[in-house]
Amino acid sequence: MLNYIWFGLMAAALVVAGLSGRPAEVTKGAIDSARTAVEISIGLVGVMALWLGVMRIAEASGLIKAVARVISPLLRLLFPEVPREHPAMGAIVMNLSANVLGLSNAATPLGIKAMEELQALNPRPDTATNSMVMFMAINTASVQLVPATMIGVLAAAGSQAPTAIIGATLVAGAIGTTAAIAATRLLQPFYSRGPERPADPGSPATPAEAVPAEENERA
Amino acid sequence: MREAIQLVSLWAIPVLLVVIPLYGLARGVKVYEVFVDGAKEGFDVAIRIIPFLVAILVAIGMFRGSGAMDLLTAWLAPVLGAVGLPPELFPLAVLRSLTGSGSLALTTDIVKTYGPDSLLARTAATLYGSSETTFYVLAVYFGSVGVKKSRHAVPAALLADLVALIASVAVCRWLFA
Repeated sequence: MLNYIWFGLMAAALVVAGLSGRPAEVTKGAIDSARTAVEISIGLVGVMALWLGVMRIAEASGLIKAVARVISPLLRLLFPEVPREHPAMGAIVMNLSANVLGLSNAATPLGIKAMEELQALNPRPDTATNSMVMFMAINTASVQLVPATMIGVLAAAGSQAPTAIIGATLVAGAIGTTAAIAATRLLQPFYSRGPERPADPGSPATPAEAVPAEENERA
Repeated sequence: MREAIQLVSLWAIPVLLVVIPLYGLARGVKVYEVFVDGAKEGFDVAIRIIPFLVAILVAIGMFRGSGAMDLLTAWLAPVLGAVGLPPELFPLAVLRSLTGSGSLALTTDIVKTYGPDSLLARTAATLYGSSETTFYVLAVYFGSVGVKKSRHAVPAALLADLVALIASVAVCRWLFA
């Protein structure tokens, strides 16, 4: 996918340059952008080092667990099918807490752990449960306390107020996450899981098979 | 409300920079050493993104230099203008859910082209920060447990991405315009 987009941009540039007679600008665009890429990356080092250092303290001091305690009552409402004391709940809460803190390195293994625990509760292992879809929807949305990468990019480009976006990012992220939860709940009745035991291969199409094959879009 | 949000932006960094180490100290963490250890990674992260940024930024730079970007935004302006989306953000809006490094590069390009304190740059940064690389997340997590039928996960996530896009544009116009 990205292969075609990347090549397509450059090919389109060559064609349009031929039509508009701007080969020099295309050359300049390529050379200047290559330099900009390195300047921005190097400019990011300071902010990233600062933030990753602070986040390491957060991790070492168990701040993820503290955040988890605060948000877990709320999360129980979103995952009614997961038993209260099941390890899946703990992994979900820890993953989402790590995401809010922007600890993506810690969040991914916790998220995979959560999916494994949810899979253990799944009677049809090839089909997502309601809880899995809810967990995915919240994970593909994003509420971040501090959008460190963006602050770094703005600062590297010489912004006077690189942190001005913190509030905007929090509000937009909260709206997006609310939408993710609402969309999951609203769409749920239209995407039946089908019978709880895998269908007999010879039987006619079950409701589960009538579900549109959304998987294709991922390719 | 507006003032409260701006207050959060203003105070978040100084407060967190004190509160987190304070919490660490209270928990007996050697905050200075742990900080330095974590900060080392900052260099790796920044260096790791260089090849991705070079690849995408060069392609975008050529596209922009040839005048193709102007043509594209001129074509899109009437349609996107009607729904209130700045046409300059269209490529980012499309790619945000598909590629993390690509959308980071696109955001960087917008920041460089329109200035880091412009409304467009702030909207792009907000859009980047308030959403995730949806298809990557879905592929990693569903792939990790072998779930093939994702049911409403993709439509729900894309619907939420669309709402986050609208919210980013609206919130930034409200806060910064």
